[in-house]
Amino acid sequence: MANYSTNEFKGGLKIMLDGEPCNILENEYVKPGKGQAFNRVKIRKLISGKVLEKTFRSGESVEGADVMDTELAYLYTDGEFYHFMNNDTFEQIAADEKAVGENIKWLVENDVCTITLWNGAPITVTPPNFVELEITETDPGLKGDTAGTGGKPATLTTGAVVRVPLFVQTGEVIRVDTRSGEYVSRVQK
Amino acid sequence: MKHEQSWQPTTTHKTRVARAELLRQIRAFFHSLDVLEVETPVLSGGTVTDEHIDGFSTEFLYANTGKPVSLFLQTSPEYAMKRLLCAQSGAIYQIGKAFRHEGEGRWHNPEFTMLEWYRPGFDHFMLMKEVDALLHEVLGATTDSEMITYQNAFITHLGIDPLTSPTSSIHQKMLECGIDIDGMESLSRDSQLQLLFSYGIEPKIGLKAPCFVYNFPASQAALAKISPSDSRVAERFEVYFKGVELANGFNELSEPAEQRERFNQDNKKRVLSGLPEKPIDEHFLQALESGLPNCAGVALGIDRLLMLQVGASHIQEVINFPVSRA
Repeated sequence: MANYSTNEFKGGLKIMLDGEPCNILENEYVKPGKGQAFNRVKIRKLISGKVLEKTFRSGESVEGADVMDTELAYLYTDGEFYHFMNNDTFEQIAADEKAVGENIKWLVENDVCTITLWNGAPITVTPPNFVELEITETDPGLKGDTAGTGGKPATLTTGAVVRVPLFVQTGEVIRVDTRSGEYVSRVQK
Repeated sequence: MKHEQSWQPTTTHKTRVARAELLRQIRAFFHSLDVLEVETPVLSGGTVTDEHIDGFSTEFLYANTGKPVSLFLQTSPEYAMKRLLCAQSGAIYQIGKAFRHEGEGRWHNPEFTMLEWYRPGFDHFMLMKEVDALLHEVLGATTDSEMITYQNAFITHLGIDPLTSPTSSIHQKMLECGIDIDGMESLSRDSQLQLLFSYGIEPKIGLKAPCFVYNFPASQAALAKISPSDSRVAERFEVYFKGVELANGFNELSEPAEQRERFNQDNKKRVLSGLPEKPIDEHFLQALESGLPNCAGVALGIDRLLMLQVGASHIQEVINFPVSRA
């Protein structure tokens, strides 16, 4: 993988830090009039998800990370791996539980997810912003509540638990924002 | 992105008008004070020796000596303007392009516009008052400016003393300020202090009105006189406003032998850091031999001043064609 000098730093560049692939979020050039030049860089570690700040001497080089995003449809899990397929080439890739992480609860068959590959292997799986899932269990709500003020917990087919308005019932399909984990609306079947 | 094609300027017509108006205001300010506008060459045979400032250079193939000559684009008009002062020019100012061979950034373009002026008979305190008057006029600031020594800025905002604190407490403070850099210990003390200044002090000073920081450590004297009352500090000041370094001024060193010694020391530091030595500007030193009147001088970044005036968040918003489109 190529090396990058600090002059090439910008948001989105993937570099290696402490043996982990990272994404540069922000880069600021710091140069006191008569002083040494530095780059103050905000970085997200792609495996741990940690965001940190690092300072480099300007002109220094760092190793690039071979990281790419690919759009793949979720197929199924065999209990150990989660299998995805490229809808154009039919090529399949298996991601382990570590790569899927918390997002296990948003995996819906045939939904196209963003899989981040490092050296060809999946490191993170990002579900679509919105998914549709059926409610398997929720308390029967009070009739006449349409404002959904209080809300109640509802368990979905994947095991995810989401707060829904009182009028939403078991067996209904709802639309959820996977970024916030919040209920959006009911979906007509 | 707002400006899709690289032939296009990155400015708006409004900022171009604001620049013209700012330059008009500055010229009116100096005209009213009877300070003379001058021009000096942008290409010079000598250049700065500072370890951390680099000039662009080029070859002049048509010199009357018949031999190619290296010329440098000025990093500031300081030496040439001091030669004028030595030739009894009286108070002078210049608005012109300066060049630094370094990277781009939110506050940096390698080619920029600099205002520099010199006041014979002034010390740095008198000059700070004049800088303040100019800033109040062009920025319309209504609050009084802050004044703080370099030492007190560190004591107040970081709880350490830049002149006396041991290296270990400086390292400790850097970690507390979130300065995570490999080989921190190998940075010079001045670089460590400068990092602490930009991460820990700059965001806290000059928020409502300009802040004048003065009496820099003697190791960062550049071309300023060492203070006669405290040899640990130099009579140098900088002006900070809304998170940016706007100006740098000196009570000017006039002693030619000491000036030559500082150039030589700079070049020694360059060699130790694996950098090429820089030719010393002999015209400037000869001028000092003939006598520089007691004076104070300051350089101010016009592009940054304009950024503050129009509320720009990136220097590209005030420079028509930044280096990536030059």
